[in-house]
Amino acid sequence: MYERIREKLGILADAAKYDVSCASSGSNRKNENKGIGDAEGAGICHTYTEDGRCVSLLKILLTNHCIYDCAFCVSRRSNDIRRAAFTVEEVVELTMNFYRRNYIEGLFLSSGIFKNADYTMERLVRIVKKLRQDERFNGYIHLKTIPGASDELLREAGMYADRMSINLEMPTERGLKLLAPEKSHSEVEKPLKYIQNNITQFESEKALIKSVPKFVPAGQSTQIVVGATTESDKEILYTANAFYRNFSLKRVYYSGYIPISYDSRLPVIGSQPPLIRENRLYQADWLMRFYGFKVQEILDDLHPNLEIDVDPKLGWALRNLDRFPVDINTADYHMILRVPGIGVGSALKIVQARRFNRLHENHLRKLGIAFRKARHFIRYADSPMQLKEYEAGHIKNLILSEGKSKYQSNPDNQLSLF
Amino acid sequence: MELYIFDGSLEGLLTAVFECYTRKSKIIKLVGQAHYVPDVFDAGFHVVSDREKGERVWKGLCAKLGKEWQLRFYQAYLSERPEAFQHLLNFARYVIDRPAGASENYAHPDVLAISQTARQVHREKHRMEAFVRFQKTGDGIYYAHIEPDFDVLPLVSEHFENRYADQRWIIYDLKRKYGLYYDLEKTEEIELGAAPQLSVVNALPAGLLDPKEELYTLLWQDYFKTTNISARKNTRLHVRHVPRRYWKYLSEKQR
Repeated sequence: MYERIREKLGILADAAKYDVSCASSGSNRKNENKGIGDAEGAGICHTYTEDGRCVSLLKILLTNHCIYDCAFCVSRRSNDIRRAAFTVEEVVELTMNFYRRNYIEGLFLSSGIFKNADYTMERLVRIVKKLRQDERFNGYIHLKTIPGASDELLREAGMYADRMSINLEMPTERGLKLLAPEKSHSEVEKPLKYIQNNITQFESEKALIKSVPKFVPAGQSTQIVVGATTESDKEILYTANAFYRNFSLKRVYYSGYIPISYDSRLPVIGSQPPLIRENRLYQADWLMRFYGFKVQEILDDLHPNLEIDVDPKLGWALRNLDRFPVDINTADYHMILRVPGIGVGSALKIVQARRFNRLHENHLRKLGIAFRKARHFIRYADSPMQLKEYEAGHIKNLILSEGKSKYQSNPDNQLSLF
Repeated sequence: MELYIFDGSLEGLLTAVFECYTRKSKIIKLVGQAHYVPDVFDAGFHVVSDREKGERVWKGLCAKLGKEWQLRFYQAYLSERPEAFQHLLNFARYVIDRPAGASENYAHPDVLAISQTARQVHREKHRMEAFVRFQKTGDGIYYAHIEPDFDVLPLVSEHFENRYADQRWIIYDLKRKYGLYYDLEKTEEIELGAAPQLSVVNALPAGLLDPKEELYTLLWQDYFKTTNISARKNTRLHVRHVPRRYWKYLSEKQR
């Protein structure tokens, strides 16, 4: 008995780990029924895997049987691997017992597709319903939408889940068609739109009637695989940007492709996942969501790819030196946000502190900005006299030579062997 | 400069602030009883903790500080750091002497120090919310112990009450020798007569545990292992997020 459940968990957690979403925040589900769990406010990472990714949810597949044969997926039909499937009760019991021990914030449930979309989706719905109704579970539930499932099932799922998501997989239709001829982006857009419409509808009803139940309170997300096909960063970010706009997504995740297949259309097994590229995409994504950058400012036809050696904010600043230097003591908040080395928190502190004193170098250093990087782009009360204007390449070299970039020691992103 | 010695309590610290004003002291060095080494030349002034004086100072502070800063003040106190006590005293005097809003002056050394210390304490609180690993005992109580860097138990009780409203639990601070016990109604501070014996894999000896506990520890360890992607191995990142000093309390790190 012990061994069977351990084996299933091994197989079905292993197959789910390539889904990078791990957020457990953004919901508003409170423990109001003296039940168990609380999904209000910020999520908690309970541990981190040895590759440094956060573990906040029990991330599993219901089954890794699948009728599809997508080249990038471990669970693809033609892959010769062990298969397993959880029962509804097993998933509920695992979730509850992990949650009660404070291992997790909730459940991330995805699935391979057995028989057909509705058959699979119906089982996913039974699990979340049981958790919410029988177990009075108020923890976080992220449910994967099964493409092609009926509207009724999607709507029911949304009554119990905190977040729903459906992966775009490849950044463009062209890339997706190459690796998964049976799939298309429009197949993803339809359920995203349906859930989005329902969220809007529930919200407008909520304004009128207090007792409207929650519907996907933490919104929707998606995932784009990076590096399996040849799309540029521009294509990736423009797709993300369009999905943020058209479907009000909460997050787009970028997943550096890890070769798991001998398929000739894909990078060979053993080649390194593009970790730096993935990191740069997340940085660019943050610039769009929290720093007020437009996607066109970050990438265009002249610069279709993010630089590897500098982060996208620094890259933008170096291309736009005419916007600098920024006077810390007078510039408006949004421009301070654009200074490389100044984050959202320190930008806010700067604006607050300068009401009391003109800010000097020592203040700025203590406020926690990356001064060595920022100093090239700012003026402050005791700025040194600048005799000549430096050009972008010179500043970049100065920053790179002073910085301790974690990427410099291993430019090929080789693993260090301690 | 005058030397003030206080008993280390929050009440004592607030009383010290009160005494600064009644004694018209200019510059104070505040030291806790525990760190005080008597000096032949400077006897120092012994602050006698006084509830009423303390409350007056706290009220005065609250009138000048928003909710967030009131919490920061308390968090910084829970850091148990001698230098934080000094900053708190200076900060309190600075805020009381000025119009409301002075606490936003992050260029002021005491303001900055308190906000930074509070942040460290807040992070430790957050880590404890993350790293507590309950074990179900034979009598159905979920038990965990911790050794936080700062005295954060008072800060975490609400979090666990909200979350685990339908199960009884104990979180015990081995370093400070007290814990929280939630009995389905309320949370109380408790002291355990004999601290439970530690074993490596399980925090509690197997005899005290629910028969299923071993299975869930195993499943959790399995899960931790299988969810890792070895092609992305990044030990530096892992250790930055899960500092080694916490490993001994994390069941997933025991194999």
